[in-house]
Amino acid sequence: MSTLITRVRQKQIGQTIDAGKRLDGRALTDYREIKIEQGLIEKAEGSARILLGKTEVLVGIKVEIGTPFPDTPNEGVLTVNVELVPLASPNFEPGPPDENSIELARIVDRGIRESKAIDNEKLCIEPGKKVFVVFVDVYVLNHDGNLIDASALAAVSALLNTKMPNYEIKDGEVKIKQGYTPLPLRSHPITVTIGKINDKLVVDPWLEEEQVMDARISMAINDEGNICAIQKGLAGYFTPQQIKEASKIAQEKAAEMRKKLKW
Amino acid sequence: MNEKTEKLIDKKGIRLDGRKADELRSLKLEVGVLPNADGSAYIEHGKNKILVGVFGPREVHPKHLSRPDRMVVKCRYHMAPFSVPERKSPAPSRREVELGKVIRESLEPALFLELYPRTGIDVFIEVLQADGGSRCASITAAALAIADSGIPMRDLVAACAAGKVEDTVVLDLYDAEDKLGAADVPVAYMPNLNAVTLLQMDGILAPDEFEKAVDMAIDGCKKIYALQKEALKTKYMNVKEEIKEEPEE
Repeated sequence: MSTLITRVRQKQIGQTIDAGKRLDGRALTDYREIKIEQGLIEKAEGSARILLGKTEVLVGIKVEIGTPFPDTPNEGVLTVNVELVPLASPNFEPGPPDENSIELARIVDRGIRESKAIDNEKLCIEPGKKVFVVFVDVYVLNHDGNLIDASALAAVSALLNTKMPNYEIKDGEVKIKQGYTPLPLRSHPITVTIGKINDKLVVDPWLEEEQVMDARISMAINDEGNICAIQKGLAGYFTPQQIKEASKIAQEKAAEMRKKLKW
Repeated sequence: MNEKTEKLIDKKGIRLDGRKADELRSLKLEVGVLPNADGSAYIEHGKNKILVGVFGPREVHPKHLSRPDRMVVKCRYHMAPFSVPERKSPAPSRREVELGKVIRESLEPALFLELYPRTGIDVFIEVLQADGGSRCASITAAALAIADSGIPMRDLVAACAAGKVEDTVVLDLYDAEDKLGAADVPVAYMPNLNAVTLLQMDGILAPDEFEKAVDMAIDGCKKIYALQKEALKTKYMNVKEEIKEEPEE
């Protein structure tokens, strides 16, 4: 996921951050402007579009009837997939998902799964036989950095907007009835990504900052302020001190961001 | 989760496999185990059995992946179909692709990539048996295999997980604790640089529990680090003895 960036620009980004500022005028711990729009895809059971600065992500949710996993016979199934659509960046190519898209999907998945955001047992129709399967499909429409936070936020916003079809069981057959009930949610995990540039921690790195950043750490925080998933990425490192600092920043930022969700 | 028949930790704080909260599983490390690889290592971490082979620096295939200013590291984490109770399809799963990526990123900070432009190394990890914490054991062994191949390193990378089981923060979770426990925090660490190169987490932890888990995992990494150095030394002690045994002239 790299775009070319001149040495002069790299230096400029680093020096500004050293001085505690950023080229786009934000403070080190500021997010870009966030816009959330829900329910724009009528044919999907749930949907949301997020603008994080110029990064744009659309999430559509389909709810279908499927079979549960053998080890969790009375729980619904969650599947997250990420498409890095080629129109979103000159560096995205059509084809099967690469490791970046798989990693992104698994980070979003882990945030939702580990925070137990979806009340999975309420998605069970017939134990061991039929459950609702929730497909979360993340569509990146414009890549301007920090796809992780944008995708995670869009996924939760879309889940908040998701309706499950009503059903009844007649002669052992599942029949879909009129009307919908909202998807049962217990938690609203927020993922906060912090980059390390020139040994400084920077919240919500945008595309050019991503080119110079040494490492990133993404933390999913649940409603109670507990950590429910973490992923360190890129070929750099953090000191234990920086990790603890990042955890504090993530707590604060997640609380701020959660206020922007509509529920 | 069906039922928890047994408690994972008893009243005295002893875990199901007999360990204390901050105790590592038994470790066996060996380097130079594969004749055809440029560097190799084998690790037994508890019941995990993992082989790692390193090839390179060599020409990169396909060629367009090579970089004019640095070496590229490719890393494949792969589980044998018989490594887990239910046969795992040998085709790479999404989990394996992700682990290949995070393991690579945990090793790269230890390497002087810029010293080997236009070349690449391949790190092949084969998990022969998995028992919880296989990504950490893989990193420990992969760092040894790279050192064994003679590629200069800033430091060895040691890895170990900590987590939460029945309200207690514990070190080095094995399979049952990983599955039934509340949280798992794998950490890779370079002691000389005080650098954490891999950090993941799943489960739910309060911020103070998380900090405790990270500290505990780092302590575990330091112990593993000492064993890694020992394993490297042992190989050369053996070479020394072989030379001695050969008759002169």
